Amino acid sequence: MLRLVKLTKQYKTGDLALKGIDLEIPDGQVMALIGPSGAGKSTLIRCVNRLVEPTSGTVHLNDEELTGLSQGQLRKARRRMGMIFQEYALVERLTVMENVLSGRLGYVSFWRSYFRKFPQSDIDEAFRLLERVGLDDMADKRADELSGGQRQRVGICRALIQNPELLLVDEPTASLDPKTSRQIMRLIRELCRERNLSAIINIHDVLLAQMFAERIVGLQLGEIVYDGAPDGMSPDVLTQIYGEEDWEATIEKVDDEDDEDSADDPATADASTS
Amino acid sequence: MPATRIWKRPPFIKSPMLRWGLIVGGTIYLSLALGTMDVNWGRVAAGLPRAERFILSFFPPDFVSRSGDIADGIYESLWMTVVSTVIGIGLSIPVGLGAARNLSPRPVYIFSRGILAVSRTFPEIIIALFAVKIFSFGPFAGIIALSIGSIGFYGKLLAEDIEDMDPVQAEAVKATGSSWFQWLNYAVQPQVMPRMIGLAMYRFDINFRESAVVGIVGAGGIGATLLTSFDRYEFDSSAAILLIIIGIVMAVEYSSGYIRKWVQ
Repeated sequence: MLRLVKLTKQYKTGDLALKGIDLEIPDGQVMALIGPSGAGKSTLIRCVNRLVEPTSGTVHLNDEELTGLSQGQLRKARRRMGMIFQEYALVERLTVMENVLSGRLGYVSFWRSYFRKFPQSDIDEAFRLLERVGLDDMADKRADELSGGQRQRVGICRALIQNPELLLVDEPTASLDPKTSRQIMRLIRELCRERNLSAIINIHDVLLAQMFAERIVGLQLGEIVYDGAPDGMSPDVLTQIYGEEDWEATIEKVDDEDDEDSADDPATADASTS
Repeated sequence: MPATRIWKRPPFIKSPMLRWGLIVGGTIYLSLALGTMDVNWGRVAAGLPRAERFILSFFPPDFVSRSGDIADGIYESLWMTVVSTVIGIGLSIPVGLGAARNLSPRPVYIFSRGILAVSRTFPEIIIALFAVKIFSFGPFAGIIALSIGSIGFYGKLLAEDIEDMDPVQAEAVKATGSSWFQWLNYAVQPQVMPRMIGLAMYRFDINFRESAVVGIVGAGGIGATLLTSFDRYEFDSSAAILLIIIGIVMAVEYSSGYIRKWVQ
């Protein structure tokens, strides 16, 4: 379980990005964090693994308080939190396999990682994950040779090979086309279910959030203005989060399991048979 | 009928006073400077036939009569180049890492930038003069000079390349719980490597040419051979040496282009 208590972040410029956020995410819950640009979504998830240092307040992962950890302890704690990024953030000149294995860096010694001599169990797991997302024959390709959707799958493998308890997902679909976006979101949700992972997913697309998350938290100017079920989203709520707009077209009763496009997608097709 | 709106590209310098002041002032200074350049056309005219004789005395280049000296000089220069490039780059890596603002804490950054500034202040020939005074004549002084020159050059460019890297890739590797050295190896190195290999080749090329220059102050290498041939008025041997230097520089140039393409 992840627990944020009065989490506040004030940047050096004086901007108050987070204003005392209290939030609890139970194990296995996939939560979407929505809100306009600049609402503090990115800052919030980066405060959890302390890529951004919170100004005050505490973050607890299960029984450990992350905010009080020393640098060495923090590195250990970061292994338990997988992160997936907006522009994939793969190291472009490394191979797919190296990118996936970089998720194990926290577990192996420097020299092992330097000579790429990862334990066989790590390599087995990497192949298993790549197979799971349909990319096992791409292992030796360089990351910059892949398409956007493929890169994001590698990013997901890199996060999962850490064997995390929590996924921090920052705009996973922002640079993907609508179909790939759905496939990626579906994949993240399925993997979370398989491994009983909880996840915070920052996402711009309200519709995707409704389709794939079991809980939606709306952030506006560093404060939580909505916290509830996906079907609780109403034009009023959206107006509260984003401001005045005609929201009727945005919120549809979406059929969650429309898998008409998953037949040609090896990742999800594979999943439905297994 | 809407009124016609005129649009002009906004001038680079907003204030008209400053703009015209700079244009007029610059023109006056430049014309004065050109006017002050005192060319003695008589001496130029007298020099032309001498130049012709001088250049003709380089031909045909004589590779043979001093071949032993030339070979020794070239071998020494190449050896100095290899050793000083390796030492220089080896030392510039920690300095360059320290001088990258996105990697190092402020005191380390300032200290490393200081080292780079000092080693870039003095041209190789000046450092060679000092090194010859301290370690006496010979290639060791030359190696010291070229290594110090390489640190300034390579360290600065490495630091700048690191500062330009994609921070998101670096963030992603940090988020896995990697140690600092692992992070360097997985996130920073792949991003800067291709350019740094190209620059290493370029620095090799510079060090070879500089090894010919530092020889003139007695710091070893082909420069000493070249100077001796000049002093003996053996311009045909000098021509041979210059052709060999050009040949080697061109060979390095072509191979570096090839290697750069290959590592990209």
